[in-house]
Amino acid sequence: MKKTALSGLTALTALFLSIVASAQIGSPYIHDPSTVVECDGKYYTFGTGSGGLISEDGWNWHSGGVRPGGGVAPDAIKIGDRYLVVYSTGNGSGLRYSSHVYAMWNKTLDPESPDFEYSEPMDLGGSNGYEDCDGIDPGLMMGPDGRLWLVYGTYFGYLRIRELDPKTAQPISEPVDVALSCEAGEMTYNDGWYYLLATHGTCCSGVNSTYEIIVGRSKSPTGPYVDNVGRDMIHGGGKLVLASEPRRIGAGHFGRFIVGKGIEKMSFHFEGDLDRSGRSVLAIRPLMWKDGWPVAGEPFENGEYSLVSERRGYALELAVNNVPMAGGMRGFNRNGDDNVVALEDQKLEDVIGTWPEGEISLRIGPELFRPHQAWEITEVPELGGFIGGAYCKITIAGTGRALAATAGKEIVTVPEFTGAPEQLWRIDRLTDGTYRIMPKSVPGTDEELVLVSVADSTPSLGVFNPDSDNSKWNLLKH
Amino acid sequence: MKRSFRILLLLALMAVTAVQVQAQKKNSKIDVAEALKGYFKPVTTPSATPDAEGFIRRWMILEPISKPNPTNRVFTDSYTRENLSVEYFPDQLTVLPKDGDKVKVTMEYQPPVNLSSNRPAARPQQDQPKFVKATLTWHALDSDHFFVKLFRFATGLDKDRYGVIFWTVTVINCEEDIENVRLAVGSNKAARWWVNGEEVLLLAGDRHMGVDSAVSDRVTLKKGKNILRGVTMNGPGMSEFCARFIDDTGKPVTGYTITCN
Repeated sequence: MKKTALSGLTALTALFLSIVASAQIGSPYIHDPSTVVECDGKYYTFGTGSGGLISEDGWNWHSGGVRPGGGVAPDAIKIGDRYLVVYSTGNGSGLRYSSHVYAMWNKTLDPESPDFEYSEPMDLGGSNGYEDCDGIDPGLMMGPDGRLWLVYGTYFGYLRIRELDPKTAQPISEPVDVALSCEAGEMTYNDGWYYLLATHGTCCSGVNSTYEIIVGRSKSPTGPYVDNVGRDMIHGGGKLVLASEPRRIGAGHFGRFIVGKGIEKMSFHFEGDLDRSGRSVLAIRPLMWKDGWPVAGEPFENGEYSLVSERRGYALELAVNNVPMAGGMRGFNRNGDDNVVALEDQKLEDVIGTWPEGEISLRIGPELFRPHQAWEITEVPELGGFIGGAYCKITIAGTGRALAATAGKEIVTVPEFTGAPEQLWRIDRLTDGTYRIMPKSVPGTDEELVLVSVADSTPSLGVFNPDSDNSKWNLLKH
Repeated sequence: MKRSFRILLLLALMAVTAVQVQAQKKNSKIDVAEALKGYFKPVTTPSATPDAEGFIRRWMILEPISKPNPTNRVFTDSYTRENLSVEYFPDQLTVLPKDGDKVKVTMEYQPPVNLSSNRPAARPQQDQPKFVKATLTWHALDSDHFFVKLFRFATGLDKDRYGVIFWTVTVINCEEDIENVRLAVGSNKAARWWVNGEEVLLLAGDRHMGVDSAVSDRVTLKKGKNILRGVTMNGPGMSEFCARFIDDTGKPVTGYTITCN
């Protein structure tokens, strides 16, 4: 009985850890989420049906968003000091594929705000029920030139794009067919290209869904959108961005959230989360760009890593004596008759006795895969998170010795992790695939500072510069 | 008196209406050209050529055979092979029908679905399928698009459009052997394809129609007639395919003509 209870507790703990290690926490249950939008320091997403999710930090989500109109698959965008929310619903004709997109403005998304009031819904057009289009799943994009675009449609025919007046949201162009056999469209612009992200596959079957996010790109907002092998999306083309990941099935309804230059996230849903009864859940992952194409980053994985500077390629290490390994130069001869044996890695117990007991400072040195360079990075979701991830503790593997920010805007290791804010680290995958490593707070300052290489051998804290390799790190799995 | 007159008038009107409805039913033969407008045209020329991108647009298409598939999850390899191996009509793997030819089939019954209805619901597991007999017609058609919109073929002819099987066949006429070509198909949904009687593709899974999403091993289109045959089965969504031959570099093969038989 006791053993059973213990096993149950262990299983529950394992389940909790598996959930929190790679998914939003709280109650992130939603289907067809709109692009995550920030409003007055909170994050919002709306889903099919009514209402939506709110998060204070982008990590812990709960219900509470308010969106009237019902219908399916909304989207939201901030334009100036207002928010435009679109959704779609049948237009009352009784035909299954007769659907229209509706738009509403609001000064805020916070239902507690005195300014919270949606405008009357405006009909943006859609489908008549007979044509090869189903006027649902709207997506909005503000182009780099200030032009506002709407995309809508499903597998029932074509995805269509039309221009809206950014002041009123009224349509100002006729719809153009741009893609076939996909749905949940979303447009975005990056570095000279317009991108159309959509989904192929079947939704709404939980863990048996086959939803997958695909993309094509064009030099014009009205297409043609072509994939990486030259196939037009109107010919069924599309480069895969994300289908599923371990334990989570059926990615769909892409949204792009730009944290800042060089730091982007993609919001979407998984149709079925195996760790949450197969329910549809909100997911937020790093969004990277490679060779002009969007790439979905994986969720952070706890483990033992080297923290390697992008500046020099050296590794963050304790400033301690380098203890030589046993053995040495075996000579220059090429005698193949010698016995060849595998030597063991240097172990923590071989060296830890040579380390000071209190705080130990840090430096950056050539990567040798030694214990003073081995960092255990572990999410501590119970201590909070940020958009797309939980804060981490960074400790020397096999010890409690933790990386911490200091009041002098430097870094140090302390003998034991205490959970103090300066010992919690936000790790963001950057759009180029490297990482930004930032303490939750730095004692004595409100400045947002990140781990930087101020010299080849010297780490410190400094202002993040997305254009400088001094601000970027790589995580090399041990 | 006045009331009696009204009743008589009503009965007379009902009788006339009944006769009109009956007459309409008798004259309810569908105008195929009108019904398929925007998607297909009846064949009016002796032969066609592939379009500039090599897509084959001329096909004989048999009206859909009902095979209820309430979800797209069912299209495993074995389900696809098994259900697209059922012999619904004689010589279905060899026949070269003419426009208007008819075949008699026995097929699984499903309630009619139209554009104002929801997709077909799954038959309760405890219920045994019911089978009905039907007479289906082959239609010689040229597609208006690079793809063949089977869903609209069925919709236009007022046939079942979800959970159905479409048999299609065409003839590729070559003046000389064309070696090392591949049949490239995009298929929504599951399908089997044959070239000159040899199966070259089995397309299972929850597929969408993408150009060249699957190709056959290299085949030779021989001098003279080559029979290209496909059978496509959908679930609760659209149904369409596109087909062309491509060479070793992926470029379309166009040096042939297309006839229905």
